[in-house]
Amino acid sequence: MPLLDIKNLTVSFDTSTGPFLAVKGIDLSVEPREVLAIVGESGSGKSVSMLAVMGLLPSSATVTADRMSFDGIDLLGLDAAERRKIVGKDISMIFQEPIASLNPCFTVGFQIEEVLRFHMGMDRAQRRARAIELLTLVGIPEPAERLSSYPHQMSGGQCQRVMIAIAIACNPKLLIADEPTTALDVTIQKQILDLLVRLQAEYGMGLIMITHNMGVVAETADRVIVQYKGTKMEEADVLSLFESPKSNYTRALLSALPDNATGDRLPTVSDMMFEPAPGA
Amino acid sequence: MSVVVEGKNIKRDYHVGGGMFRGARTVHAVKGVSFSVEQGKTLAIVGESGCGKSTLARIITLIDPATSGDLLIDGHKVDIAKDGLSKEMRRKVQIVFQNPYGSLNPRQKIGDILGEPLIINTDKPAEERRDLAHAMLKKVGLGPEHYNRYPHMFSGGQRQRIAIARALMLNPRLLVLDEPVSALDLSVQAQVLNLLADLQDEFELTYVFISHDLSVVRYIADDVMVMYFGEAVEYGPRDEVFSNPQHSYTKTLFAATPRADVASIKARLAKKAA
Repeated sequence: MPLLDIKNLTVSFDTSTGPFLAVKGIDLSVEPREVLAIVGESGSGKSVSMLAVMGLLPSSATVTADRMSFDGIDLLGLDAAERRKIVGKDISMIFQEPIASLNPCFTVGFQIEEVLRFHMGMDRAQRRARAIELLTLVGIPEPAERLSSYPHQMSGGQCQRVMIAIAIACNPKLLIADEPTTALDVTIQKQILDLLVRLQAEYGMGLIMITHNMGVVAETADRVIVQYKGTKMEEADVLSLFESPKSNYTRALLSALPDNATGDRLPTVSDMMFEPAPGA
Repeated sequence: MSVVVEGKNIKRDYHVGGGMFRGARTVHAVKGVSFSVEQGKTLAIVGESGCGKSTLARIITLIDPATSGDLLIDGHKVDIAKDGLSKEMRRKVQIVFQNPYGSLNPRQKIGDILGEPLIINTDKPAEERRDLAHAMLKKVGLGPEHYNRYPHMFSGGQRQRIAIARALMLNPRLLVLDEPVSALDLSVQAQVLNLLADLQDEFELTYVFISHDLSVVRYIADDVMVMYFGEAVEYGPRDEVFSNPQHSYTKTLFAATPRADVASIKARLAKKAA
């Protein structure tokens, strides 16, 4: 049974010029222990569809789906209080801007222990021990001392590690990472990706990587979904996606990588989107 | 070929003022960097945040003075700390910033944004300024209908085109590009890189290209400088640096760059299955 199973998900936003369809009927499923990458440019609806799963969209959004179930629970039928018991515990999410997603007014220790208090009902000593354990796990040196640090006292990479510690605090079954390394340097990006993949394997989590970076996809994913303007262009396992992309859009994305440049000019998406596929 | 910009042992220190309980400190942001770029060539400066690459960019753009060392533009020594900045120098050197959302004034129309460098640095009449702005819009792939619009009406890629157009209004010799494509999507990034290559050919522009993305650097640069904690740990022609990196930091940087080729995916999957 898939861990997350979504059929025909549609998200629309009310705007002054009428409803705007951000996600137009997407099917998506994640198996336990699987790394799924969702790739697309800004405006492709990749973040919005995951925020819909988390129930984090603003009230101007309308979410409809034929099915949206997580681990056998129907997410659409839940009220806010029931959903809060799952979100942050069994499904958790990390965001693009680590420094902006931590609260600057509280120590990182407080923010990690908050999750443990809310979802696990641990007492003070248990929480502290678990928080130290988590910081050790995500590779922060001197974890006991760092519990009393504020986010501004840490670097971007360390803040992202703290975010990961918060996300995995309750041993989630599914971790959603929304552009987790876009704001970070390449060397730090490598460390964070290695950490996520290691934790995913150790704890047997499902992992959804939302990214626009084809390199990140190649380094982490088992299976890939390519999205463009709210629709799914292609779904394939990682090797066949890179070896023999089916859709024109995927081909265009891959050839726009400067690594793959042949000759003086980079092909752009508009060059390729409207040409028939070779052999088609 | 003439050398457009040359730096000799450029240093920049920042003095961090002390408080009641702490003495003042000096941060050496750039520790003696030398380079030279010929006309029509591209020097890429690579490094992680805090390595001093943007400080160096500000010195080359004549925004901040260097603490010591010589900066030569077209063979003339420039020292803005002592002599100030002449209009001629501002004409020669222009910059494009990283974030096109932050670098355009939201309350100015595109036409005014493009005309402003001409108002400040030249005495061209309004009509000529407008014609030049229209011509430049066309050069960067926008149209006359965009002249009266505001920045918020454009996408990120279009805004970066406008920022490039503004930098080119004064016919500069040297363009400093501070991470010009890192805020853009992959396909838009390709368009902007193509535009930069076309403009370089047309105007014989010299680029100093700041980036942390090695795949972009490999595509666009002639020479590469790798900076680490304020020092240039590696400097040479692109192919030499990429095929035979000397410094351990350069090697770390190459190893950390995600590879998107089929062979490395196969290797990863095999390792995972094992």
